[in-house]
Amino acid sequence: MKRRRNSGSVNSYLLRRPIQHWSPVFLLPMVAAFCIGFVWPFLQGLFLSFTKFKTTSKWSWVGIENYLKAFQDQSFRYSFGYTALYAFISLVLINVLAFMVAYALTQKIKGSNLFRTVFFMPNLIGGIVLGYIWSMIFDGLLSAYSTSILTNTTWGFWGLIILMCWQQIGYMMIIYIAGLQAVPEDMLEAAKIDGANRWQTLIKVTIPNIMPSITICMFLTLTNGFKLFDQNLALTGGLPYIINPDGTTVHTTEMLALNIYNTFYGQNVNSRGVAQAKAVLFFILVATIGLLQLRSTRKKEVQQ
Amino acid sequence: MKHRSLQKKNAGKNLLTVFFGVISILYVFPVFMVLLNSFKKNTFVKTETFSWPTAESFAGLDNFIKGLTFGNYPFLKSALFSLVITLLSTALILLFTSMAAWYIARVDSLFCRIVYFACVFSMVVPFQMVMFTLSKTADTLKLNTPWTIPIIYLGFGAGLAVFMFTGFVKSIPLDIEEAAAIDGCGPLRTYFSVVLPMLRPTMISVAILEIMWVWNDYLLPYLVLDRTQYMTIPIHVQYLKGSYGVVDLGATMALILLSIIPVIVFYLTCQKHIIKGVAAGAVKG
Repeated sequence: MKRRRNSGSVNSYLLRRPIQHWSPVFLLPMVAAFCIGFVWPFLQGLFLSFTKFKTTSKWSWVGIENYLKAFQDQSFRYSFGYTALYAFISLVLINVLAFMVAYALTQKIKGSNLFRTVFFMPNLIGGIVLGYIWSMIFDGLLSAYSTSILTNTTWGFWGLIILMCWQQIGYMMIIYIAGLQAVPEDMLEAAKIDGANRWQTLIKVTIPNIMPSITICMFLTLTNGFKLFDQNLALTGGLPYIINPDGTTVHTTEMLALNIYNTFYGQNVNSRGVAQAKAVLFFILVATIGLLQLRSTRKKEVQQ
Repeated sequence: MKHRSLQKKNAGKNLLTVFFGVISILYVFPVFMVLLNSFKKNTFVKTETFSWPTAESFAGLDNFIKGLTFGNYPFLKSALFSLVITLLSTALILLFTSMAAWYIARVDSLFCRIVYFACVFSMVVPFQMVMFTLSKTADTLKLNTPWTIPIIYLGFGAGLAVFMFTGFVKSIPLDIEEAAAIDGCGPLRTYFSVVLPMLRPTMISVAILEIMWVWNDYLLPYLVLDRTQYMTIPIHVQYLKGSYGVVDLGATMALILLSIIPVIVFYLTCQKHIIKGVAAGAVKG
């Protein structure tokens, strides 16, 4: 105890004070860039969501009107439902498949390293490029019936699911493999000696031991699902669209991020305030999921 | 009895190998299709996507020659800018966030805690929240060139890097740095010759994550860069499909192939580090 206190005070003289003198070198560059690249745009964005603006310097205060308009916007509500459905289905599919692959590849089968390499490979390719690769493949398939993925909402939806499974199964598989390899060998052996079969071992020993990996992967696929932009833009770009009786259009494969983008940079420059309000709502949604994740992973750490 | 069950087990494992072998081929299939179609004439890409090039549909290297020049912006220029932006941004992020993280972990003042909290917070903020205001800020400050956009990347990407570095620095025992200080090292020398070498594993993980992010990023450079002068590979590919009306699919596939090749080479050479980096950075939401 005494030694610790001692080393603490030594620390403050030997390290803390001298480092503090150098704060312009150590801390300033990062903090300055962080203010330019994040803090200022974030606060300004928050502020502008309560105003009507075309550029950031010309604005007029409108209160919560933008938020009301965002909630009334049919295309926004539709894209929320569409994105939530997508996020849920991709969450289930990607995690189940990735876990199955990871489980099989950790059973010491021949060629498992090669398979791991192959399954992870799509993650290195960017979303825009991936989108165009798959749009070529889907259109190649559909051209036999002289149609395209851009003409049908259901095809667009499942096309995106296939694309994202192809990309993300490898990523989640890596996290699951890391978790599976950390399961204590003696626990598995004890289960075997006690006469548990493979299924019982999986349910009662393996899965409880890799709960942290499962939590991380579930949250990752969920936030990735909600934040998806590049692949959505490149594969269908929101097409096809329908025109409502009141003259508004709804792009039926448009997800939240793309909807916000189109509201910002579409033809109607007067809707930028609404777009910023949508962005704030989007931020609240994604941040809530993210903070829940941080909390649940931290709780797990304490338990261990 | 034991022998037979062992045989059965091996048979099951071989079956799994065969099964995953087939899945692997299916997995590589889309990339293979890009290769195949980059040698076909434009009109055949859509109608005969899955067949081998025939004498009629084979285009030779035409697609590559056309792809490198068409669209009034040379593809190699885009590739070069992608490379410059990725390397500069990654270097900047590695140096300055690791320095800041060391400062945050060792000084641990109220201000440090606020900065750290803000960094963690920034990790859960989606880009759409700041995209409009960020691109305007970047314009005002003339951060819209490939040589200055790394500052934006440092700012917007600082969260994860600071989070990972701080976590690692906190696990390093103080004694080594104290010994260096007793021996007369100033903070700068302590950092560069004592702390930095110890940070190597985390450096590699962060570098991998940042390279994968910046190289493939589309929206941030699209909104921030002055597009009349500068493009990156994702922006270029998007322009091919988006803005030129009639799309030359053969040439597009040739460019996609050219943009995938460096990525695959990078993957195969650094595979071990990449997989480790991904597992380490999995906390990001």
